[in-house]
Amino acid sequence: MMKNQEKLLEVKGVKKYFPIKGGILQKTVGYVKAVDGVDMFIKRGETLGLVGESGCGKSTLGRVILRLLDATEGEINYGGKNILKLKKEQMREMRKKMQIIFQDPYASLNPRMTIGDIVGEPMDIFNLAKGQEKEEKVLELLHVVGLGTQHIRRYPHEFSGGQRQRIGIARALAVDPELIICDEPVSALDVSVRSQVLNLMQELQEKFSLTYLFISHDLSVVKHISDRVSVMYLGKVVEIAEKNELYDKPLHPYTRALLSAIPIPDPEVKRERIILEGDVPSPVNPPSGCHFNTRCKYAKLECSKIEPQLKDVGSEHFVACHLF
Amino acid sequence: MEAKTEIKNIAPGRAKRKIEGRSLWMDAWLRLRKNKSAMFGMTLVIIICLAAIFAPYITRYDPYDQLIWKEGASAKLAPPSAAHWFGTDVYGRDIYTRVVYGARISLQIGFAATGISVIIGVILGSLAGYYGGFIDDIISWLTNVIFAFPFLLFVLALVAYLPPSLPLMYMSIGIISWASFARVARGQVIQVKGMEYVEAATAVGGGDGRIIFKHILPNILAPIIVQATLEVGSIIMLESSLSFLGFGVQPPKPAWGYMINEGRQFFLSGQWWWSVFPGIAIMALVLGFNLFGDGLRDALDPRLKQ
Repeated sequence: MMKNQEKLLEVKGVKKYFPIKGGILQKTVGYVKAVDGVDMFIKRGETLGLVGESGCGKSTLGRVILRLLDATEGEINYGGKNILKLKKEQMREMRKKMQIIFQDPYASLNPRMTIGDIVGEPMDIFNLAKGQEKEEKVLELLHVVGLGTQHIRRYPHEFSGGQRQRIGIARALAVDPELIICDEPVSALDVSVRSQVLNLMQELQEKFSLTYLFISHDLSVVKHISDRVSVMYLGKVVEIAEKNELYDKPLHPYTRALLSAIPIPDPEVKRERIILEGDVPSPVNPPSGCHFNTRCKYAKLECSKIEPQLKDVGSEHFVACHLF
Repeated sequence: MEAKTEIKNIAPGRAKRKIEGRSLWMDAWLRLRKNKSAMFGMTLVIIICLAAIFAPYITRYDPYDQLIWKEGASAKLAPPSAAHWFGTDVYGRDIYTRVVYGARISLQIGFAATGISVIIGVILGSLAGYYGGFIDDIISWLTNVIFAFPFLLFVLALVAYLPPSLPLMYMSIGIISWASFARVARGQVIQVKGMEYVEAATAVGGGDGRIIFKHILPNILAPIIVQATLEVGSIIMLESSLSFLGFGVQPPKPAWGYMINEGRQFFLSGQWWWSVFPGIAIMALVLGFNLFGDGLRDALDPRLKQ
């Protein structure tokens, strides 16, 4: 596929803190630092994979980018415009360009609406089509995602998980977006259906020249679909690189440990597994300096004092670690 | 079973005609129809409603007609007979007629008061659940106050102070029994608000109005309908208690509660019919609503039953 070098989306120093309320007066007693200063960019037409373990803030980041959650701090530039500064009405217009596909295909479709209404809703909101024209467009979208004409008047509970996910994809496509945030779109699906949906997403990317931010904790899925991969740990991006570069030459100690956990489907192959000590620290009180220093076997004194910044170590391989 | 095979037969992509999907409401109705006690409850309620609507056509007398002036002493406290199915009271009024007309009053108050409390409760509960924070604190506090309030005393005070009338009755019952609806609505809104389809609606640019009316309200309706059905029953009970105490519907209007009270003094001397028939009527109507409400709950939320 043709790669464009234009940065479609640029995230600069984005933070999202959730206040913790306590006591009778509901005073803020602390913050969950779900996203704690993230920098990255997505080029037009590419798929950026975002991996990390549960609770590292990857889904929160996705929602902050779409302003489904308000960022605490930072800048999100879409096509050169900081969308965090947009007013409500301007942001509404912006939503035509950015869409989201959700993880849980059972919770992401309103059970009281027919498929036609669900997929057609964005067209109603933006007055894109009405009546007969709308129905034709909805049908076209359903065909694009592999569903049939007969499905339009049915309700979500009459479909399987894979079909529902296709409906969710059709809804995201209804406004003809440029960027789609895929929040673990295949995690809830059976393995057999997973590859079908992934292939569909790749086809659609070519067909509609979409850009994906693909959030997942499944390293093999991310490897399959992404052009570049970004690794998150405790609210921060620790490494970003082109996919093969990252999987072949991981630099950050956390990335190395994470990649050593991918199972190899061959019992003969022996590989060193890096087992991390301890648990992920709480995002309420992340360690000072490098967030990973408490579990890193290479940790030096400066690691617990100075926060490492993302550094380019050549050929767009960024890593946030004092070792490099 | 029938429906299932039907869906199987039309494998995706092969069917030519358009297929209407079965909505969750339709599903619930099919489940409800299988529930015998719910159908019994529904039948009771429907029969009593029809009786109330067509009262003049199914009764032979006027509910206020004191037959002792026409037929003499034989019409006074006459036992049940072919002419007076439920007997007559001390003024010679036909009790069957008065029980049928009494259904009008009970149902009217039951529905109107429930309607008022649903409207107040759902609006306040939804606001509390949707906006949260300070608004939620105030509304939740108000709900708790209402729950802790000696309800009967409030209505007694109102009725004693203002001239008694039907609208006063259901207004005062309505403004005091919305709290359970507010609680149900608030909890449901908080739950539905966090669903991904609400987020999806925000992501496609839907505003507050669309989200509340298209995505949240239709999904919290089921538990509210159940609550309302059960509430009609308990409000009818309340109205009867108030009438029994003499603070409800004023005589000579045929209120069931008041009839029980009037007949009470004759009960032990053998003229049981004056009290017993209105009592049976109250029981049948309240039982009908409760059975129907329980069945509705099972039908609308099948997970609960399992």
